[in-house]
Amino acid sequence: MKPLLEVHGLSVAFGGKEVVHGIDFAVAAGEKLALVGESGSGKTVSALALLGLVQNGAVTGSAIFTAGEGEQPRDLLTLPERELLSIRGREIAMIFQEPMTALNPLYTVGDQVAEVLQLKEGLNAREAWNAAVEALRATGIPDPERRALAYPHQLSGGQRQRAMIAMALSGRPRLLLADEPTTALDVTLRTQILDLLSDIQQHNGMAMLLITHDLNLVRKFADRVAVMENGYLVEHGPVADIFASPQHPYTRKLIDSRPVRDVEEEPAAAQAPVMQARGMQVSYPIHLPGIKGWFRKGEFVAVRDAAFSIAPGRTLGVVGESGSGKSTLALAALGLMPHRGELEVVGSRWGPDASRNKAIRRVVQVVFQDPFSSLSPRMTVEEIVGEGLLVHEPGLALAGRRERVIHALQDVGLSERQFPALLQRYPHEFSGGQRQRLAIARALIVNPTLLILDEPTSALDVTIQKQVLKLLQRLQREKRLSFLLITHDVDVIRAMAHDVVVMKDGDILEAGTVRQVLDAPRQEYTRTLVAAAS
Amino acid sequence: MSGPTPVLNLTDPPEAASGRLPPEGAPPVDGRSPIHGGPPIAVPAPSISQNPAARAWRRFRRNRLGFVSLLIFCTLVALSLIAEVVSNDKPLLVRYDGQFYFPMVNEYPEKTFGGDFPGPTDYLDPLVRARITEGDNWALYTLNPYGAKTIAYYTPLPFPSPPSRENWLGTDERGRDLLAQLLYGFRLSVLFGLALMAIGTAVGVITGAIQGYFGGRTDLAFQRFIEIWEAMPELYLLIIFSAIFAPSVALLLILLSLFGWTNLSNYVRAEFLRNRQMDYVRAARALGVGNGRIMWRHILPNSLTPVVTFLPFRMSAAILALTSLDFLGLGVPPGTPSLGELLAQGKQNIDAWWISIITFLVLVVTLLLLTLMGDALRDALDPRKADV
Repeated sequence: MKPLLEVHGLSVAFGGKEVVHGIDFAVAAGEKLALVGESGSGKTVSALALLGLVQNGAVTGSAIFTAGEGEQPRDLLTLPERELLSIRGREIAMIFQEPMTALNPLYTVGDQVAEVLQLKEGLNAREAWNAAVEALRATGIPDPERRALAYPHQLSGGQRQRAMIAMALSGRPRLLLADEPTTALDVTLRTQILDLLSDIQQHNGMAMLLITHDLNLVRKFADRVAVMENGYLVEHGPVADIFASPQHPYTRKLIDSRPVRDVEEEPAAAQAPVMQARGMQVSYPIHLPGIKGWFRKGEFVAVRDAAFSIAPGRTLGVVGESGSGKSTLALAALGLMPHRGELEVVGSRWGPDASRNKAIRRVVQVVFQDPFSSLSPRMTVEEIVGEGLLVHEPGLALAGRRERVIHALQDVGLSERQFPALLQRYPHEFSGGQRQRLAIARALIVNPTLLILDEPTSALDVTIQKQVLKLLQRLQREKRLSFLLITHDVDVIRAMAHDVVVMKDGDILEAGTVRQVLDAPRQEYTRTLVAAAS
Repeated sequence: MSGPTPVLNLTDPPEAASGRLPPEGAPPVDGRSPIHGGPPIAVPAPSISQNPAARAWRRFRRNRLGFVSLLIFCTLVALSLIAEVVSNDKPLLVRYDGQFYFPMVNEYPEKTFGGDFPGPTDYLDPLVRARITEGDNWALYTLNPYGAKTIAYYTPLPFPSPPSRENWLGTDERGRDLLAQLLYGFRLSVLFGLALMAIGTAVGVITGAIQGYFGGRTDLAFQRFIEIWEAMPELYLLIIFSAIFAPSVALLLILLSLFGWTNLSNYVRAEFLRNRQMDYVRAARALGVGNGRIMWRHILPNSLTPVVTFLPFRMSAAILALTSLDFLGLGVPPGTPSLGELLAQGKQNIDAWWISIITFLVLVVTLLLLTLMGDALRDALDPRKADV
């Protein structure tokens, strides 16, 4: 039997620069194929090219789509736009990574699903609305009659993704292209969405092309896997075979990119903690509705009654999903947000006086998640990394400062030898991982004792993530740094943390050593988190 | 690909793929791709780093229309800045009776050149002209021998006189040479535009920065103030003030500056509000960097795009404002060469077509050049434009 989709020699070029170099793959009816690769590997472009959605690009090759037994095979890449329109949504549908931007904020979710049904199935408005409600029900959205009337911003992330899926599936497609369908969701939701896709896929006998960078997901979900690197398809085969015996070095690298634990395990000597919190509370002012809001502000408590302590040279991991208050905790620990209760940083406290805080600032430094927004694009490496010295050692001469900058850069593995004229370069010339190294160097130059790491690797590709974590582990050993590590990723916690705090909705649910919390979780929520990550 | 807008990302590939630096964790030293049988990867020679401003300048130069506009505009401005040696009623140099005279530097009484009066010499007087050019004497006149206020007494035609050999673009109704008027008027307009632009930008950036950075109550109070300020009737105030004070360029500059900054202030405020949330600002605050330094070194350079983009448009608006006020008679003091006053003369002397048409052309070309430059600048600073 002919496969549902047979792609041969697919190439995509933008402005004469080829980004996908002639890849071949096939998807059989009812099969789940995973396209795996890091960012920039060309996996999303390849999928978009199949539906003729690549703009300003030159697409060559062939993609033969055979809708079913006895149907005429058609080459998707040469079909005129009119015929493609009838294929998109009905025979091949697509769901995207970020449901917030993929749904139109001006229409209700029900309207958007019904619109597809009206266009593709020729239903009238009333039938389409009823069918839309049914479609939403099928994706497991509770109370679909009411939810259909909601606008996208009124739904939670998981519900939005379910609505997207309802929309994609409403045309009963034979092939579903899912582009990172769970990446924007919290880990506990990921499993639910994948289970949903799995159910529907088995129920309808639909084929799926899953585009992802997440190998856990591939292992759980897909039948076959194709690995892409820099626009080349380097390896493909059944999931079990590839994971058991990867042939290509890149596949091997991807598979063992899980971070390795390599930290000082000796129990900490009884020393005064670097940071200690008791009964700490952080809240935001919020607008109250109505006339009341004119005169006073409401309060949203982001962190409630937090207690923790960090020993010298140790890592405290804070794990939680989005909205759990973990990033707020980081800002409060940095003294960038006011808090109530007790928070001691090497014996002193944050106060309203900026000049007194300066001494504490030297001790506590931070590395943020997004390496693209954490470095000013208009400053050179020397200016960025050397800034801390200008503040804390203003007497240092230019030469001495440069010396220290070079030294800090060497500490994080960046040198003039690798990058000529390193100090005069601007951040845009560096990749994500290199930028994160720069951010670490900026924090290290003032010789802090505590580094607050706010999702330090979440924006990085898996192989780079491993390198950055290794660097952090080395720095901790060499400089006896303490880390306050904030992350949603249980794998990262497992590799880095000595003690763990689990946060949910502003509360600390569970605290203890990494062994206690991850291997024998006491709370149901922690169990879900740990299970979702393995 | 991760990112909600894949298509957009593709046209502007991440720097790791653009070949400026070898991507992290990849190409092996032998220059072969890690794929079996893949083509060799050319390891690019690392180029000298270019700062963002230099890259924007390069993109600006690639826009031919904008770049040529800039060149023409600069030439015109340079020409008008040396207007005294291009168009003047005094000769540059006079050789009379074996001696050199510099009429532009020193004032010589007419008697020096054998005239009848002890008053200053009128070098356009046919009698003087004859004396200083007869025999071995010679005089080097400027290209256009009329100054801004020179009246062409010796033209046989009635004023306003049409273009002729003596007055290339004709004269205005008071008998002043039109070319000289335009040259000096253009200079005044451009300098006025530059000054107004500079003051408005400085005030707008400072007030916008304070509102955006501190936010909260400061922002609220300032915003209400701006709303009230903008509601004031600008033109009436101008009329009233020009009735109270003696009209002068400085007065105009002050009055127009009072109202010119609010627009830009709002843009800068929005940029500061956005940028102060960025992680690099948080990192700087965590380092203990002071507010002033954060605003100046971290946020301002990243908020300048709308400011720079608006500069040419602000300048053309300023020139237009001055011209309009002069046209209405509320502008510069009478007798000052100005484009607006020439337009008003053109309106009163419809039959003297050369006044209105030529002044109009000068104005159109000036504004067009500024607009073209502005467009090119906007393109050059657009971060979404591919950088080749």
